[in-house]
Amino acid sequence: MADQTLPIGGALDITPQKATKQSFFEWLSEWFITVDHKKLGILYISYALVFMLVAGVEALMIRVQLAVPNNDFVSPQLYDRLFTMHGTTMVFLVGMPILFGFANYIVPLQIGARDMAYPRLNAFSFWLTAFGGLLLYYSFIGGFGLYGVGTAPDMGWFAYAPLTEKAFSPGHAPDYWAIALIISGWGTLGTAINIIATTISMRCKGMTLMRMPLFSWLMLVVSGLTLVTITPLTAAQIMLMIDRYLGGHFFDTQAGGSAVMWMHFFWIFGHPEVYVLVLPAFGIASEIIPVFSRKGIFGYAAMVAASVGIGFVSLGVWAHHMFTVGMSTPTTTFFVLSTMLVGIPTGIKIFNWLATIWGGKIVFATPMLFCLAFLFQFLIAGLTGIMLSAAPWDWQLHNSYFVVAHFHYVLVGAIVFNIFAAIYYWFPKATGKMLSETLGKWHFWLFLIGFHLTFDFMHIPGILGMPRHIYTYMPDRGWGIWNFIETIGAFVQAIAVLVFLYNVVISLMKGKEAGNDPWDAWTLEWATPSPPPAYNFATDPVVNSRRPLWDLKHPEDPDWKYE
Amino acid sequence: MATIPVVQNKYEEWRLPSRGASGMISLIIGETALFSMFVLAYIFYIGKSVSGPQPAQVLDIPVFMTICLWSSSLTIWIAERAIEHNRMKQFTFFWGLTIVLGGIFLGGTALEWHRLIYHDGLTISTNLFGTTFYSLVGLHASHVVVGLIMLTAVFIFTLTGHVQQKHAYNIKTLALYWHFVDAVWVVVFTVVYILGR
Repeated sequence: MADQTLPIGGALDITPQKATKQSFFEWLSEWFITVDHKKLGILYISYALVFMLVAGVEALMIRVQLAVPNNDFVSPQLYDRLFTMHGTTMVFLVGMPILFGFANYIVPLQIGARDMAYPRLNAFSFWLTAFGGLLLYYSFIGGFGLYGVGTAPDMGWFAYAPLTEKAFSPGHAPDYWAIALIISGWGTLGTAINIIATTISMRCKGMTLMRMPLFSWLMLVVSGLTLVTITPLTAAQIMLMIDRYLGGHFFDTQAGGSAVMWMHFFWIFGHPEVYVLVLPAFGIASEIIPVFSRKGIFGYAAMVAASVGIGFVSLGVWAHHMFTVGMSTPTTTFFVLSTMLVGIPTGIKIFNWLATIWGGKIVFATPMLFCLAFLFQFLIAGLTGIMLSAAPWDWQLHNSYFVVAHFHYVLVGAIVFNIFAAIYYWFPKATGKMLSETLGKWHFWLFLIGFHLTFDFMHIPGILGMPRHIYTYMPDRGWGIWNFIETIGAFVQAIAVLVFLYNVVISLMKGKEAGNDPWDAWTLEWATPSPPPAYNFATDPVVNSRRPLWDLKHPEDPDWKYE
Repeated sequence: MATIPVVQNKYEEWRLPSRGASGMISLIIGETALFSMFVLAYIFYIGKSVSGPQPAQVLDIPVFMTICLWSSSLTIWIAERAIEHNRMKQFTFFWGLTIVLGGIFLGGTALEWHRLIYHDGLTISTNLFGTTFYSLVGLHASHVVVGLIMLTAVFIFTLTGHVQQKHAYNIKTLALYWHFVDAVWVVVFTVVYILGR
């Protein structure tokens, strides 16, 4: 029976690590000129984590400002810039880079390839994204100079027209916003093209599409979605630039232009963008939950179908952001129903994860804890989503803190939790060291408590009528106590993130050696040494099932017999 | 045990779609979404200009340059066939002809814009028609420019003898982009010169 180890023969070879001494500058230039998907993945993730701290500090400043009524911790001008930059940063400089960073690192390893399809395009895309982020933050010191609060964007992350037109936003705030995002958008487009070409054309022998690990599948769907999502934003931003610099009239209502047009264009990007962020998180959960339940994923084919389904449906729901703008009844009805339709494939996914856990031998390691919290929180986020999809409910709560609570439940409760899960899960692969489980559990519980303190209680002032983007409020509104609790929660989350950073540093220095496969997992990335050599696999792997490492470890009962 | 050789034979025929084609098709899908936004904006703003000139007053149907651009899709296709069969002379001729036809199209656009700006007084800031017209046609023209730069690069390398039959596949991938640029003109032509006039 030993022959059945042949499929990945040689892949497990421990190849000697390069042990040459390099000077600091050689080391540094290696990171600057690298085209290795693993190094670029780490660059993406580190870059995103830096901006996560920056945007996190902005969030804390917002929370301090709102903690008590009639507060003036920051000036109104700075406050506008803080919430705009917080949103823009978290979506474009944290969410997308970190998820595409994971894709960069993991997808080629999972599909048994030696690199992405276009390594140089990959490096180019990263540096475009990085430059976009730096340009956006240069706005704090650029424009009107180093004093005051600079000319950072201050019109909300969705930059509604006509506020962004020359007449209402003199200076360069919308220009920084638009140009920085056009540049990072090109980077994102390049990465999306790269991931599609990689998953379509670089799979190892035997890795049919229906054997591809779910994380890689989800990244394929996400990249397809990105192609048709990020380009409309670029188009709208080019139009905005034409309006501002060449005197165009796209969104100039006095010359017959339409501000509602911008809303449509922005949300044609903006809503699928949510799925661009959440689908990789689904992919992470679909990798981690089976491994820590010691069971294969339940309903693989249904998971793939649901992912593709979510991708398609998400393209037709954007105007649910615009129920209060005065659309016709048939249009409103269409978008109510299409939005509710998203609940079906998403529900399929939740049931499949639950069925995977059901009857499993659950290992409560830190990655699994984050994923379990994700399941509950994503369910609640989905339920408030269904509530908001009903137009009459939305008319009442549009642009209130209920909406803010809802989308933070998705973005933090689902996506950030799974990003942390992914870091705990794949950190040993990328560095060869385990993250500390004790600190990991502290991180998890503190973050969980902080998250719920902030965002559970945020629903209440929303229902009481507190609008988003307000600078401060009167004491007699009854919002004060809820806002105060939210602010405490925000600081608990901040402490949790500090614990996490300490964990990363201390584990890098003296963490436990990870070995090739610390979690006893089944996908190909765990067949390589930790960290993997530049060429990933000594010989091209051949797979016969969805769980190639299971076949290797259990030659008496391989998966391919049942597929 | 007999199953194992069978399993392994199965993968000797392991064929996946080519990298170049998947990448280029992905780019084309993304570009299609980009163009769709400008086309939608154009259609939405037809007849919404509050001041003149209106399209019917100033636009002429650019028959000659359109014929040139669309024929360039045919000539590049002949060039693709030629390099596949290692007929390098034919390839060089038709590749060069494609560049000339693309250049004529671009020249036609330049003349049209010159007439619109200096004769009819229509600029990008005149009215909504000007804004949407110059951005849509300009976006397409900028793609023609990018395409021409790449075609010319290949042409230069062909003249120096660096492009050979083994590059047929790269040539076909690049030609895919040129076909896309021509196909977009079908939409732009229909929307701007037929629907919008």
